[in-house]
Amino acid sequence: MSATTTSPNTDNATMDAILRKYEPVIGLEVHCQLLTGSKIFCGCSTKFGAPPNAHTCPVCLGMPGALPVLNRTAVEMAVKASMAINCTINSKSIFARKNYFYPDLPKGYQISQFDQPIAEHGWILLHGGGAEEGNAKKIGITRLHMEEDAGKSIHDGFADSYQRTYVDLNRSGTPLAEIVSEPDIRTPEEAYEYLTRLKQILLYVGVSDCNMEEGSLRCDANVSIRPIGQKEFGTKVEVKNLNSFRFLQKSLEYEIERQAQVLDSGGKVAQETRLWNTSQNRTESMRSKEQAHDYRYFPEPDLLPLIVSEKWQAEIRGGIPELPDAKRVRFMSDYGLSEYDADVLTGTQSLADYFERAAKGAPDAKLAANWVMGELLGALNSAGLELTASPVSAERLGELVKLIHDGTISGKMAKDVFAKMFSTGKTAQNVVEESGLKQITDDGAILDVIKRVIAGNPNQLGQYRSGKTALFGYFVGQVMKETKGQANPAKVNDLLKAELEKS
Amino acid sequence: MKITEKDVYYVAALAHLEVTESEAQEYAANMSSILSYVEKLNELDTANVEPMSQVLTDSAEGSSLRADQVKLSLPLELSLANAPESGAGHFKVPKVIER
Repeated sequence: MSATTTSPNTDNATMDAILRKYEPVIGLEVHCQLLTGSKIFCGCSTKFGAPPNAHTCPVCLGMPGALPVLNRTAVEMAVKASMAINCTINSKSIFARKNYFYPDLPKGYQISQFDQPIAEHGWILLHGGGAEEGNAKKIGITRLHMEEDAGKSIHDGFADSYQRTYVDLNRSGTPLAEIVSEPDIRTPEEAYEYLTRLKQILLYVGVSDCNMEEGSLRCDANVSIRPIGQKEFGTKVEVKNLNSFRFLQKSLEYEIERQAQVLDSGGKVAQETRLWNTSQNRTESMRSKEQAHDYRYFPEPDLLPLIVSEKWQAEIRGGIPELPDAKRVRFMSDYGLSEYDADVLTGTQSLADYFERAAKGAPDAKLAANWVMGELLGALNSAGLELTASPVSAERLGELVKLIHDGTISGKMAKDVFAKMFSTGKTAQNVVEESGLKQITDDGAILDVIKRVIAGNPNQLGQYRSGKTALFGYFVGQVMKETKGQANPAKVNDLLKAELEKS
Repeated sequence: MKITEKDVYYVAALAHLEVTESEAQEYAANMSSILSYVEKLNELDTANVEPMSQVLTDSAEGSSLRADQVKLSLPLELSLANAPESGAGHFKVPKVIER
């Protein structure tokens, strides 16, 4: 095997060594399916999972004479997405034909946008995982344009698959927004975070379900490397078939190592399209695509220029909710949360809403945040439940936090209470009353128990008083045992100490 | 504007058409003469004219758009009716990926 085909080891040490010598330059092209009910140019359903070719008509089958009519909601969603990633909306944009032959493209061209896309010049912020404050990096967005999806080719699985390709055109004409980033990304980790943030924003504005398994979010990467300090970009390679976050990161790591090996051995990186092979964990050259493409774009004569006036833009802008970056900042200032906690809690709109509702009823927002991120997410995760199906509502979690805060129950008892709330759907108050879990805070009651414990352990008392103070923990344990763990620990400590030192 | 035989072979390949040598010569000559004729338009000063791809304009904003409503699709038999070959609800075409 030559140096270019051996599978590079993507361990950290190798990568670190490469990154000391070369700087990767990465740009991502993300296709996201817009969440309309019907297709972009016809009334066929976009619903996933229908029998093959059940959602087809003369328009999306590419029948001669059939004419496309643009879906208004698709335009609104594309504009909404563009605004959420800080793009400038072009009040006039043009659809164009992109010509190429493939069996799943029935017209022989894809209706897309070329030189006048609907939006340009945006950006999104990376936060380096949110762990370090003030470490944000801006990644430029070159453009967002609208286009129609192609159908699906099925190459395997039928008796005659060795000589036939099967074509399902249900997906043909599904509305897509293609979002192209500037080559501002420098590491596979940044690429991963870019896609994460982009997906988060698209979910917040509700224009796509971003389901990678069903193909409603797809990613291609352009990657090159250059010696550190060099201004010109290296030769770029396009990597396709990145249908998961993990594949994106892995394929970029692989490509960076492969390109470094090529350059180190005195070779030249070939400009080409490569496919990520998920079973072999490597990228492979797509020979069929090696010939230079000439798509012969020209304006689509069947569609008028798309005009989105200032007035319509304002209406659409009014429908954009508070976005993750703004919410994160507000959570930090309103609730005193750390950037990390604010980042976790703004991960999805529904989690952020849940936290805010829980914090509303709780006197201590930070405590509420800890309970949402800790017990709640843990319990949901192990039960395999979505947040929306949580047996413990936000308001009830807020009540539980309140009981902890005012000392009715200890944090330790609260875990048991929470577990019961989660399994039975009862309120914190109910669980506490039913199981008699209420914390004992009455000094007299605690003192009675302490006196009983001391009287019952004369040996230990003697040892303690002759200097073996480590036995203090033993006495605490006995008191907690007597009270079934319900005594207020701080009070037990104070009262016990005073009682033991009395002579 | 001069169209060479090389140009003819190039656009023919993009259109998946096969042309013979004599056809390529003929088309190169024809296309050259057509384009030379159309070139007369270059005599007009269009510096301040916006390129126009359609003669229509959208009179009321959005009047050329449709509401996002699902309509009935074709029955499967009809969708597949013109296909030279079909099976299992799919269009069938010659194998497209060499392996």
